[in-house]
Amino acid sequence: MSTATRSLPRTIGAHAILLTYTAIALFPVILVVMNSFKSRAGIFGAPLTPPTAKTFDLIGYTTVFGQGDFFHYFQNSLVVTVASLFFVLLFGAMAAFALSEYRFRGNTLMGLYLALGIMIPIRLGTVAILQLMVASGLVNTLTALILVYTAQGLPLAIFILSEFMKQVSNDLKNAGRIDGLSEYTIFFRLVLPLVRPAMATVAVFTMIPIWNDLWFPLILAPSEETKTVTLGAQLFLGQFVTNWNAILAALSLAILPVLILYVIFSRQLIRGITSGAVK
Amino acid sequence: MGSLKIENVKKAFGPVEVLKGIDLQVTDGEFVVFVGPSGCGKSTLLRVIAGLEDSTSGRVLIDGADVSVTPPAKRGIAMVFQTYALYPHLTVKNNMALGLKQAGTPGAEIERRIKIASAMLSLEPYLERRPAELSGGQRQRVAIGRAVVREPKLFLFDEPLSNLDAALRVNTRLEIAQLHRRLKATMIYVTHDQVEAMTLADKIVVLNAGRIEQIGSPMELYNSPANEFVAGFIGSPKMNFIDGARLGETAKTIGVRPEHLTVDTKSGAWKGTVVHAEHLGADTNLYLDCEKAGLITVRIFGVYNAEPGSTLYATPDAAKTYRFGADGKVLR
Repeated sequence: MSTATRSLPRTIGAHAILLTYTAIALFPVILVVMNSFKSRAGIFGAPLTPPTAKTFDLIGYTTVFGQGDFFHYFQNSLVVTVASLFFVLLFGAMAAFALSEYRFRGNTLMGLYLALGIMIPIRLGTVAILQLMVASGLVNTLTALILVYTAQGLPLAIFILSEFMKQVSNDLKNAGRIDGLSEYTIFFRLVLPLVRPAMATVAVFTMIPIWNDLWFPLILAPSEETKTVTLGAQLFLGQFVTNWNAILAALSLAILPVLILYVIFSRQLIRGITSGAVK
Repeated sequence: MGSLKIENVKKAFGPVEVLKGIDLQVTDGEFVVFVGPSGCGKSTLLRVIAGLEDSTSGRVLIDGADVSVTPPAKRGIAMVFQTYALYPHLTVKNNMALGLKQAGTPGAEIERRIKIASAMLSLEPYLERRPAELSGGQRQRVAIGRAVVREPKLFLFDEPLSNLDAALRVNTRLEIAQLHRRLKATMIYVTHDQVEAMTLADKIVVLNAGRIEQIGSPMELYNSPANEFVAGFIGSPKMNFIDGARLGETAKTIGVRPEHLTVDTKSGAWKGTVVHAEHLGADTNLYLDCEKAGLITVRIFGVYNAEPGSTLYATPDAAKTYRFGADGKVLR
């Protein structure tokens, strides 16, 4: 069926481009997951073929669950990611609300200052951060990681959210004020639900680098109790021998929680877009 | 119950002075309309009355009490916004109840008031719906209902009809007029539409560039405008302004309303060519390019057939011609 806005060749073209991109994006992920179910010989012998009856082997997963406390590493990663995400969204949204809602001296300057972190990589300050954590006795604690990741995520969160909050109807906030709602109620009950799609976007952007980070866990919290998954997977990466089965299995497992969080947030994102706002 | 007094209120946003000293008195039960072009400060003035903006200087008194430092919720006011501003997550009923709940009104009393208000605005079938499930006109009625249940001393309307389509605008205008008659409450209404101002107001306040140009009843403003601005703003189509010198008059500008001009095919004061004719059925607007007076609008009641390009003579009604001085003020 051809309509005014759709033509067959154009639809085919668009799908071809999107499918190619999907294939390219998914290829490494599929390769990792596929090879994690193969024996060592299978991985090196035919890396691109799916596991067959001959090459199928769960040795990677048994190593991961047998060696090292991987469940614990997962828990650490989750605690750090979820806690950081919570603080980034809470403080980011609050700062964004203040910047977009209230007129005060130095508002623009404050906005610029808070957004500065987008341009300056936090890793440049690693030595100072380490000194700070040593001085405050936070080395080898998850708190250290949560603090650093919150700081890392805030600038972008504030930048994106304040743009969105400027679009929330002033009349709505004023109606709340006339009805006697406190500024906190206005923020949590009226404004936050309306910027939920933006919050979901920020959550996704914040979550992935935190989950995947190797740098700060390695420097700030390398102890056995505080290891995160990415750091734990390094266990199998030797100088001379690398246990590929275990690494691939660990990486495959590490995909799962991010995938689950992403599904949750993206559903929020769609619901936010489709739910009827005022006007 | 419901008088308002504004004393020398000024408001500046940084170096920009939006209100340049406003004095105004509104008595109980009056329907006052603030009207003016966009950017004249009428909405800012309403926000100052509501307490959503702080005035830079001056005082606002509601029922004789200075409310300059009272938060909006404690001023005994209710406001209806242009964009309705309904809480999207609450049902119609809860939208109306929220303000009362915050003020600690007992549940039975809230129920009673919602019942009365929803009957008044025919909102009963929608009480359990959310704003997203309502049409624009229904949403604005809910917003009005939310104001009614508070039983305020002062109703504030901030361009409540601007987001509605033309037919709905007329209906809602009528509803607001009836509401005022029934509640006998003091209402302050902001609009840029002079038709709304003329049809609703007991008293019109014409604002321009942060100052009050004139205060008066609709007919006072129409019949005896104080200056050129008010004369041009009130009345539709707009008053014709003709350079006095071209007509050999001493006044700087001569003003005559389109409806106070008559036309004739043979003779008259000003000879002109028909540029365009607008046929509205009940009346006809003619645009004439006159040798002496320039481009003028003539409003003729009923149907009048005039071909563009044909010659017509226009004659102003001498008794209803206004003369303005160099400062824009009316000369008497």
